[in-house]
Amino acid sequence: MMHVLGLLFPPGLLTAPFMQNAWISGSAVAILSALVGFFAVLRGATFVAHAVPRASFAGAAGAALVGGDTLLGLGIFSAISALGIAFLTSRRDRGQITALVLAAALGLGALFLALGDAYAPQVYALLFGQIVGISRADVLGILGLTGLTAAAVAVLYRPLLFVSVAPDVAEARGVSRHRFNVLFLLLVALSATAAVPVVGALLSFSLMVGPAAAASYFGRSPASALWLSVAIGLVSVWLALVLAYDTGMPVGFFVAVVTAAFYGLGRLWALTADPLADAA
Amino acid sequence: MALLTLVRDLLQTPAVATALWIGSIVAVVSGCAGVFTVVRGQSFAGHALGDVGSTGAAAAYLTAVQPLYGFLGIGLLGGLAIDRLGNRARERDVATGIVLSLTMGLSALLLFLITEQTSATGGPLSILFGSIFTVAPAVTLPVELFSLLALGLLAVLYRPLVFASLSPETARARGVRVGLVGTLFMVALVIAVEESSLVAGALLSTALLIGPAAAAVNWTRQIGHTLALSAFLGVAAVVLGIVLSYESYFWPPLHRGWPVSFFIVMLVLVEYIASRLWRRRREATA
Repeated sequence: MMHVLGLLFPPGLLTAPFMQNAWISGSAVAILSALVGFFAVLRGATFVAHAVPRASFAGAAGAALVGGDTLLGLGIFSAISALGIAFLTSRRDRGQITALVLAAALGLGALFLALGDAYAPQVYALLFGQIVGISRADVLGILGLTGLTAAAVAVLYRPLLFVSVAPDVAEARGVSRHRFNVLFLLLVALSATAAVPVVGALLSFSLMVGPAAAASYFGRSPASALWLSVAIGLVSVWLALVLAYDTGMPVGFFVAVVTAAFYGLGRLWALTADPLADAA
Repeated sequence: MALLTLVRDLLQTPAVATALWIGSIVAVVSGCAGVFTVVRGQSFAGHALGDVGSTGAAAAYLTAVQPLYGFLGIGLLGGLAIDRLGNRARERDVATGIVLSLTMGLSALLLFLITEQTSATGGPLSILFGSIFTVAPAVTLPVELFSLLALGLLAVLYRPLVFASLSPETARARGVRVGLVGTLFMVALVIAVEESSLVAGALLSTALLIGPAAAAVNWTRQIGHTLALSAFLGVAAVVLGIVLSYESYFWPPLHRGWPVSFFIVMLVLVEYIASRLWRRRREATA
């Protein structure tokens, strides 16, 4: 037993400075993504949760081209794409604006990469993240953005929940559906800016959709689903960090597998709780 | 017509001629599948399949299998998983997201293994950002055949698919097997997205699937016209994009050529924005 524990938790897992930074920033990103992802799943907006972090990648490529700050580039592009989706989407629309805004951002990203001389591994880092390559200064920035997003979610929680669950009733009571859609998309942009440097554009999405989707099956009330998605997100990141440290394989791979496994458990749970639900 | 002379000149260059031909085929198939994708509200699935396919390409690269079969194999698995897991509308978005997230994680692992084994970074990058100018000649025939298969599938499904897409409840009541039609359409969608992802990159596959179709939906009323216009708009964007990309080698100040995917995406956006403006004017006058 001790032997197995020794293999799973080798020395350095908790004490090496780069691992400490990874634990702190990974946990922050897990909390933030779960908070925003809860609303994304509730609103049926998982495509947006994928598109905004992915589009922000173009901002990082642009920053590399003009020699600007990567975090600033990510922030600008995720905000522009979030606002573009918010203002161009009509009610008939079911995702095509999101797809087109994403394609536009990626097209620009391709142009920036071609015009600049970006070094291939740097491109990988932006797409797949480098959680073990995070500096103390980055950690502080990520903690700040996480605090900001958590505060915004705390303030917006009740009206945003209301307008997400019952948009028509909310509108009748004077809660503007459009305004809260804009606010929600800005939340996605904020969390994308914090998450992309840590877990990468592709996998910040895993942390947004997986835990929240799993929690939606287990939680009995919105509040319990929200807390549960935070807990599942944290457990997924921690487990992934341990496994990645042990095997040397990418963290993102383990995050994706663990969150998908939680989702699978959720689906099975829903099936056993209500066997007719899936047949419909 | 200066443009026509230019295209004739371009056709003298084999790589460009192949790009024009393959690009046009892919645009027609994507344009037709795209109309149904947009009408059925499956844009997310259509986009996700492009990314899913690149995971298959990475696996193919690692095992030295022809990339096309990597794209199609993983695409089919992913597409059927999305179809099965997302059988209720509320769950479809989330199920698509989970399939996408899982395959991207797998992609991270495969690209890691590729760089470990070969220390080559160019190969995997061209998987993610495939270029239409580097289409292998061996791929041309399979792409032509799979395109025919996808178009044939859409033609056979045409009437029930239109019915099931526009009013699923009525179609179900009239005895159309809506679930089966949806699954078969998913197969056609997988072929359309994966072959364009292979020859033009995952980025362009989304642009060519959604852009021309969404524009054509705004411009037309009859679904037959929508399909024809969508295919035409797709081909127009591809041909013009290739011409502009070729021209851009002569542009100051860099003289290094702008990526073709950038031009095609921007042209598709122009088509879509024009259709939105046109539609708004028509609704204002009506």
